[in-house]
Amino acid sequence: MNRLVTLLLSLLGAFACGALILALAGYDPLEAYSALLVGAFGSKNAIANTLAKSTPLIFTGLAVAVAFRGGLFNIGAEGQLYMGAMAAALVGVYATGLPGLLQAALALLAAGVVGALWAGIAGYMKVKFRAHEVIVTIMLNYIAISLTNYLVNYPFKAEGSVPRTDAIPAGMQLTKLMPPNQVTTGIFIAILSCIIMYWMFNRTVYGYEIRAIGLNEDAARTGGISIGKRVVLAMFLSGFIAALAGAVEVLGVHKYFVAGFSPGYGYDGIAVAVLARNHPLGVIISALLFGALRGGSMNLDRQTDVPTDFVVMIQALVIIFVAIPWVIKKVKLMRKRGNSVGSQS
Amino acid sequence: MYAVELHGITKRFANTTANDSITFTVRSGEIHSLLGENGAGKTTLMKILYGMQQPDEGEIRINGVKQKIDNPSVAIKLGIAMVHQHFMLIDSLTVAENVVLGYEKRKGMFFDMAGAVQAVEQLSATYGLKVDPRQKVGDLPVGTKQRVEILKALYRQADILILDEPTAVLTPLEVMDLFRVLRELKQAGKTIIIITHKLNETMDLADRATVLRAGRNIGTVNISETSPAQLAEMMVGRKISFDQAPLSAYPNRTRLLEVRGGVLRKHHVPVLNGINLEVHGGEILGLAGVEGNGQTELIEAITGLTPLDEGQVLLAGRDITRQSPSQMIESGIGHIPEDRNKLGLVGDFSIRDNLILGYHHRSSFQRFKLLKINHIKHFADQLRERFMIKSESIDTKVKALSGGNQQKVVIGRVLSQDPVVIIAAQPTRGVDIGAIEYIHQQLIEMRDQGKAILLISAELDEIRKLSDKIAVIYEGRIVAYGSRDAFDEFELGSYMTRGKPIAETGKEANADE
Repeated sequence: MNRLVTLLLSLLGAFACGALILALAGYDPLEAYSALLVGAFGSKNAIANTLAKSTPLIFTGLAVAVAFRGGLFNIGAEGQLYMGAMAAALVGVYATGLPGLLQAALALLAAGVVGALWAGIAGYMKVKFRAHEVIVTIMLNYIAISLTNYLVNYPFKAEGSVPRTDAIPAGMQLTKLMPPNQVTTGIFIAILSCIIMYWMFNRTVYGYEIRAIGLNEDAARTGGISIGKRVVLAMFLSGFIAALAGAVEVLGVHKYFVAGFSPGYGYDGIAVAVLARNHPLGVIISALLFGALRGGSMNLDRQTDVPTDFVVMIQALVIIFVAIPWVIKKVKLMRKRGNSVGSQS
Repeated sequence: MYAVELHGITKRFANTTANDSITFTVRSGEIHSLLGENGAGKTTLMKILYGMQQPDEGEIRINGVKQKIDNPSVAIKLGIAMVHQHFMLIDSLTVAENVVLGYEKRKGMFFDMAGAVQAVEQLSATYGLKVDPRQKVGDLPVGTKQRVEILKALYRQADILILDEPTAVLTPLEVMDLFRVLRELKQAGKTIIIITHKLNETMDLADRATVLRAGRNIGTVNISETSPAQLAEMMVGRKISFDQAPLSAYPNRTRLLEVRGGVLRKHHVPVLNGINLEVHGGEILGLAGVEGNGQTELIEAITGLTPLDEGQVLLAGRDITRQSPSQMIESGIGHIPEDRNKLGLVGDFSIRDNLILGYHHRSSFQRFKLLKINHIKHFADQLRERFMIKSESIDTKVKALSGGNQQKVVIGRVLSQDPVVIIAAQPTRGVDIGAIEYIHQQLIEMRDQGKAILLISAELDEIRKLSDKIAVIYEGRIVAYGSRDAFDEFELGSYMTRGKPIAETGKEANADE
């Protein structure tokens, strides 16, 4: 409960700080925030738009959180998302002759497996060569984006000037919940993923072991847990989920793979996970907040002179304010140690 | 005449009262032992005297004069010095430079190195504190570093010396030497306060002792009129057993654990050097040794964390040398790790989650990889009660528990899973007397059930109290082995520090001269 209060205070702090900056820059903070609020929740369309923007963020936030729980920093959600999106599109375009629902399920599965393997490379390299997963996943992002770019520009390019694949059949597209808005049944898949991960962490031996490794690797090893296998498993899960973000965007929103379709969902996932403190269910709320900011930003642009960059700034402020209590705790701990141990150099 | 008088000192922290109107007096020229369990308020009280913390209430008199000591430099001016548990020395400077640091002698505008060396030599001769002033502190063994700290205090002309747990890091021989020095300082008229929880040392060294418990002064006694039993009772609040445990009633000749010719190299240097060891059912083998002589690696080899390079580990005659840690656990090797916070516990896990760590594969805790949450809860509740783990509930995070209760979690986990062999490494380190007694009882009970127990401890008292057999490890080998009555303390100390019996050590020392 205490943690929730700190979290809410952090959010409040971030918005207050944002207001101050707006005021200093000569804008009306109240006007800006109300435009944001109306843009995000003011109408049925606004809400649908917010939910649509939140959907990929739930996936990527969850992906980052799952890896975090195992002590792994997966910066590679973006690359895994692109790989998953491409896999889903290819299944959609080429694995024809199946009933629509089955084909959609197959596309999601293919995306997940490709994403899992892609992230698994980083897990494997960490275990085998002690290569740090941050470096490896960043590198894999470049490779994934370039690779999918090549595929969509050459072998699988559809007719026309846009670098995209052929469209997937209508039968396998995810159903729109509030047409013509972009929110689809994909959001249910996202929420279900969060629930499954929550259950996995708290009810299964795998989840228990991954958590133990994330919190104290030495104790986990002493307790007979095979660190290597579980690190790879955590990266598999993380990559699978990140890839679903891409697949759901392809199957629900775009209907085909198009180069550069992600505005950085993978990276925003890091912020979503941080705000959620890596809690699988907290990710849903956290993604909704970031989705609302994105959803509201268009109205902010229409209604006020405030640049939409302000939304990016708010996102950054949220992260900073969420991190502050943690930093204070660390500093206090260091001071305490400093007092009792003294400086020995 | 009192050198130190503290009257009605009260110090409150956020939710505890560390010192509750404590009155504490030290006579000029005495050695006064400040006794108490962890968290009793000893260190807080001394930090107040040394100016590192400010009391909320109370007054301080030094040599009869009321003083306000609001930082250590005031204390130093008043002739008070404190030797901390963790030394405040600079490794890259020499002994002489460390001693004079902050109070350097000068020659014109330059640092007077020769003067510093001379001053240190003079002090060291006066008080029998052997050191080489020109040596770098980083190259010195722990006991010598402590001497440098004491020299530093003497150089600042301290008359009142506070030592915080000075023997915690020393070998038995170093302890003897420290006590000799402290007695000499007393002869020279210095007043000495030692913070400790060790009763033997108090009985051996001090003139008087004051016991703190839960932030209160329980009483001050003359050592000549007290006994360890009385002091322990004052510390804990109830009677405590001090007798050696009766020898095993059911020793049997089944070799449950055996290490044969064990060699383990780290960076090509053998840390285990052909070690042979056997522990029988119904027996506690105490492995004595100065830390860093291969104990850690031996434990790692037996628990599967780092397999031996050469040689074998046998469990009831079966070769288990190359088993993984989880196979070792399943075979019945119960491991109480030497560093519970690093290796034994996941601090952010609940008591419940920690109580199954390592055993979470067992069918009583999982089926088809699904945790049996209700079983686990029930099990954890039972263990919490049986091992008297003081906590709100099984959902409390273990990092919120006291050291003793954390250790009970580790021990309860191992003992409840019916191990064949128990590796108990430093099982009572940083644990209160009450919990120590309890843990000892548990180990003896396990022994009496026929289990083989390998006890690795830096505390000779603990080894001598519990073991049926004692072995000494020195530079990766066993240099002495016998029944517990085969060695006295000094004999053990000699094996631990030189790897030889006293007789030989003496000869060699003579030959050196």
